[in-house]
Amino acid sequence: MATLVGSAREIEAAPAKATGYWTGVWRRLRRDPVAIGAAIVILLIVLMAAFAEYIAPADPYRGVSLRRLRPIGTPGYPLGSDELGRDMLSRLIYGARLSLFMGVTPVFIAFFLGSSIGIFAGYVGGRLNTVIMRTIDVFYAFPSVLLAVALSGALGAGFGNALLSLTVVFIPPIARVAEAVTTQVRSRDYVEAARASGAGALAIIRAHVLGNVLGPIFVYATSLISVSMILASGLSFLGLGTRPPEPEWGLMLNTLRTAIYVQPWVAALPGTMIFVTSISFNLLSDGLRSAMDVKQ
Amino acid sequence: MLSYLARRFVYTVPILIGVSLVCFGLVHIAPGDPLVSVLPPDASADLQKVMLAIYGFDRPYAEQFAKWIWRALNGDLGSSIATGRPVTDEVIKAVGNTLRLAVVATFIGFLLGSLFGFVAGYFRDTFVDKLASALSVLGVSVPHYWLGMVLVIIFAAQLGWLPPTGAGPGGSSDWEWDWAHIRHMVLPAITMSVIPMGIVARTVRALVADILNQEFIVGLRAKGLTDVGVLLHVIKNAAPTALAVMGLQLGYLLGGSILIETVFSWPGTGNLLNAAIFQRDLPLLQGTILVLALFFVFLNLAVDVLQTALDPRIQRA
Repeated sequence: MATLVGSAREIEAAPAKATGYWTGVWRRLRRDPVAIGAAIVILLIVLMAAFAEYIAPADPYRGVSLRRLRPIGTPGYPLGSDELGRDMLSRLIYGARLSLFMGVTPVFIAFFLGSSIGIFAGYVGGRLNTVIMRTIDVFYAFPSVLLAVALSGALGAGFGNALLSLTVVFIPPIARVAEAVTTQVRSRDYVEAARASGAGALAIIRAHVLGNVLGPIFVYATSLISVSMILASGLSFLGLGTRPPEPEWGLMLNTLRTAIYVQPWVAALPGTMIFVTSISFNLLSDGLRSAMDVKQ
Repeated sequence: MLSYLARRFVYTVPILIGVSLVCFGLVHIAPGDPLVSVLPPDASADLQKVMLAIYGFDRPYAEQFAKWIWRALNGDLGSSIATGRPVTDEVIKAVGNTLRLAVVATFIGFLLGSLFGFVAGYFRDTFVDKLASALSVLGVSVPHYWLGMVLVIIFAAQLGWLPPTGAGPGGSSDWEWDWAHIRHMVLPAITMSVIPMGIVARTVRALVADILNQEFIVGLRAKGLTDVGVLLHVIKNAAPTALAVMGLQLGYLLGGSILIETVFSWPGTGNLLNAAIFQRDLPLLQGTILVLALFFVFLNLAVDVLQTALDPRIQRA
């Protein structure tokens, strides 16, 4: 009797000790100070964007023409003022909204579309796969900056067109990764076994493929956010994205270019924000990759 | 290997067709009339029809595409709507300027990147590795247009050592290899070299670390080979991949130079694209993008072929 109770206790205790995949990922990520630091910076920028109204000391749109291009540390203008006399600090805080949105959204949409295309192509295989992947290769034949500029240039300047162009730029690389991983998983024994036992294509994809491919695709997609931030702000910098007077870091960098002889360090501030955001996403993605043990 | 090369060449054909279709499509995804920048807004319907016929925009798409390709094959990319000059002439001049900048930048990026990557891979998990790896992360994460601005602020605006914009004295765009011109290239080339530097450093670090872990290195050391001797083996094994990455980076820089050219007013393809976009000069936009994309496709081909030739271990089915 005593032994029975003992073994029952052991059985009860066992599941608590077994750790799942995600617990392991989290444990490894937690031990990576660089990744955690990057995640905190990103979180702060997201909070800054979400609560801009409460944090920003001034109206980001209203400028005082008598107080144009004030240096950093001017009373009332902690980070100086821009070429129209608007408070830089407030504009940088509000700028996080559009810049983050423009950087993250294309990768987010491309993650869904690209992985759908890639998983489908990888799963069906054969000639249909060849047709889909060769079409994807055509877009791959353009350097990403060129493709983004070409599309948004032809469509015309504007926020929506810039988002659309960037999404198109990121679909091919994500689809390629998705296709490669799916093709690998598809030939595994457990997928064969499921197919042999009569499981339908959708059931196999949902039960066996998705769980194994979404992780690597996700890690890859996070590594694209950094590029996307730079490209999105780059399009605005060229005058192809957001339009004045909206606060957006790339656009602010563009309109302040003429001020580099008057207030050089104020003019460089928006770029610093892009840099900090982009490097944080890069470091977090690197940390995720090693925590999830994805080989690329 | 020969059959691989043959297939690699054949594979380029559908890519070329696809790329030209995309470039052709650019004019047609553009909203509004392709002639919107030449015609006055109150142009009569008749005049509009005549002009559309002159440019051939009234024909079916398939016919327009065939004609466009045929002319392009003969070196005629149409004429710029804004200036009326042949697009081919404008593009050739601009490509020369961009190519010069991109080649120099790729070279600097490759040298520094290989050095950092090598040191990091050789002294893996030491302080030197961390420093070199940090530099490479900085290189791939920095918005290069901002870096260009910062360099202009420091070296042109504050110190006055180097010119802030242009490709030559007095805004000339004719290149010569003298100090007056090279001075103009220093800042844009350094700015541009940061991206390939980061990527090459990452690749070389992984390569070197991987090679050092292989058994033949242990064997060489056991045979009593000196560190320098081992180093030469590592370089020999890492070179083909590193060179391939360099080749591809050159292609990316050529296509992606628009942001840097805008910062430095460098008279290259980026500047041309900028003008084409804001004057809605669609033939110029189409022609420039076609030429840059073709460059990229052929560069990819050349890299693959060279890599196969350099590294016979690569088994390509």
